[in-house]
Amino acid sequence: MSDQAVSSPAIAGAGGLEAYGPSGPKPRHTFSRRNIFLYGTLIVVALYYLLPLYVMVVTSLKGMPEIRLGNIFSPPMEITFEPWVKAWSSACTGLNCDGLSRGFWNSVRITIPSVILSIALASVNGYALANWRFKGADTFFIILIVGAFIPYQVMIYPIVIILREVGLYGSLSGLVIVHSIFGMPILTLLFRNYFTSMPEELFRAARVDGAGFWGIYFRIMLPMSLPIFVVAIILQVTGIWNDFLFGVVYTRPDTYPMTVQLNNIVNSVQGVKEYNVNMAATILTGLVPLIVYFLSGKLFVRGIAAGAVKG
Amino acid sequence: MSKSERPSQLFRNLNAKVASIPMIFTALVIFVGGTLWTVLYSFTNSKLLPRLHFVGLDQYYRLWATPRWLISIENLLIYGVLSLVFSLVIGFLLAALLDQKIRFEDTFRTIFLYPFALSFIVTGLVWQWLLNPEFGVQGVVRSLGWTSFSFNPLYDSSIVIYGILIAALWQGTGLIMCLMLAGLRGIDEDIWKAARVDGIPTWKTYLFIIIPMMRPVFITTLVIVASNIVRVYDLVVAQTSGGPGIASEVPAKYVYDYMFFAQNLGQGFAASTMMLLSVIIVIVPWAYLEFGGKKRV
Repeated sequence: MSDQAVSSPAIAGAGGLEAYGPSGPKPRHTFSRRNIFLYGTLIVVALYYLLPLYVMVVTSLKGMPEIRLGNIFSPPMEITFEPWVKAWSSACTGLNCDGLSRGFWNSVRITIPSVILSIALASVNGYALANWRFKGADTFFIILIVGAFIPYQVMIYPIVIILREVGLYGSLSGLVIVHSIFGMPILTLLFRNYFTSMPEELFRAARVDGAGFWGIYFRIMLPMSLPIFVVAIILQVTGIWNDFLFGVVYTRPDTYPMTVQLNNIVNSVQGVKEYNVNMAATILTGLVPLIVYFLSGKLFVRGIAAGAVKG
Repeated sequence: MSKSERPSQLFRNLNAKVASIPMIFTALVIFVGGTLWTVLYSFTNSKLLPRLHFVGLDQYYRLWATPRWLISIENLLIYGVLSLVFSLVIGFLLAALLDQKIRFEDTFRTIFLYPFALSFIVTGLVWQWLLNPEFGVQGVVRSLGWTSFSFNPLYDSSIVIYGILIAALWQGTGLIMCLMLAGLRGIDEDIWKAARVDGIPTWKTYLFIIIPMMRPVFITTLVIVASNIVRVYDLVVAQTSGGPGIASEVPAKYVYDYMFFAQNLGQGFAASTMMLLSVIIVIVPWAYLEFGGKKRV
């Protein structure tokens, strides 16, 4: 307890320095017991979080003989990129042996239209809810938000029937519609909250100048809300790319997205398990969301926080 | 806007209504309609195709008499309680550590959160490899000389759910940490100063002042984590495929398998209705606390 009492002024000191700029001697507490404990814990935890990524990369660069002999944590003695090539272009799922590339391109063809369609629908909808309220709009909105908590399993089969009726079951466009539907609650909430927080005068002034529904949306709202669009894109790209359930339900083997194909490659029961190819395939599948994550930085955090806290 | 004669109530504000058609469709047809449809058909004996031949609660009796369903529920309870407790505790502790005005905060946060960007499939497959009895953690420790060391959750039906829990915590605690950190940052600096002036130790300030103040954050986090727990599916499919045997089955997988493999739609509908019921049990009290109170004020 005495340690805590000693450490408290140190926190206050640091805070004070930040607030008033550098004045007075630099506080020397870099190697205090508190800091060693603090950074020690953080570094150990960080290593634990990084470990699976490290093992994935290391395993994917080894040959199978080395994997059978060595341990999974040791760096590769001979670096080989063969597992990556094989995972991309010739790993087998069932009878097809054209690797993950097919799943990758399917995922691209699913993700891009889904992201565009879902964001277009939700942003216009959020704008209507924020600025052009009509009777009953809020009721539908509340149903939409509450509906976001319904387990997908409850709605899967009715959607199968609807898609079968309109002839889209098993096609990529069917899956795009499904993604747009299930992205709607969170995105609409995101856009509605953002547009509501914009100054009302802006909207009124545009109305006085004679701008209509779409005029205000395209000339004022859209250009002023680019950050929230970026947040929505990040949210949707990672979410749709990582989806498995909808992919496996609403597509056929030749249109399977990457996650489904990856699972089929790794968990296939036939043949000898090639752990290095499996890990290369796993990294390849995780690469797109990881790149989005590392490039977007704080916007990613903002996206999930907006999605989560305001929900 | 100020037309003296209104053409019709229906056509006022028409653009906004057109823009809301997808929302209205989703809300009414998919969310309400789809849910009612599934609940209705859970009382029928639909097999390969949905048929309106009512059999009362038969599907539910059969469901609760199926060992696989009982194991699924048991797994969900163990997994749910443990992942709630651990992800809240670990998430809060990490957030509290990051909130100490440390250097490289962004780096640490990036590291703790990156697994959240990965899909459950990727998470499940990585941990399947790490927990591989021959080459993974167990194999490595044994090769270091401790030959009797045993840590083989994925092939031991009594502890397999903990193997899944480890992977889920690795993937999900970063999100909880971020939410908690946002909550901690929202607390007025003056509270800390006041506590310090009064000589209250840091841990006591956290336990008795900060955490009670963060009640809303904890509740939203709880709701998010809880509704994600009920949905857990991909992780199990990737990591264990429900095995060994049926030891790591979960309700969501039961639903999928009965609907699309066993061609026993009625069972699938009944099981998914039970899932809906469990979500309602979590959500309704929360919604009542969050929104029911505000309206009365």
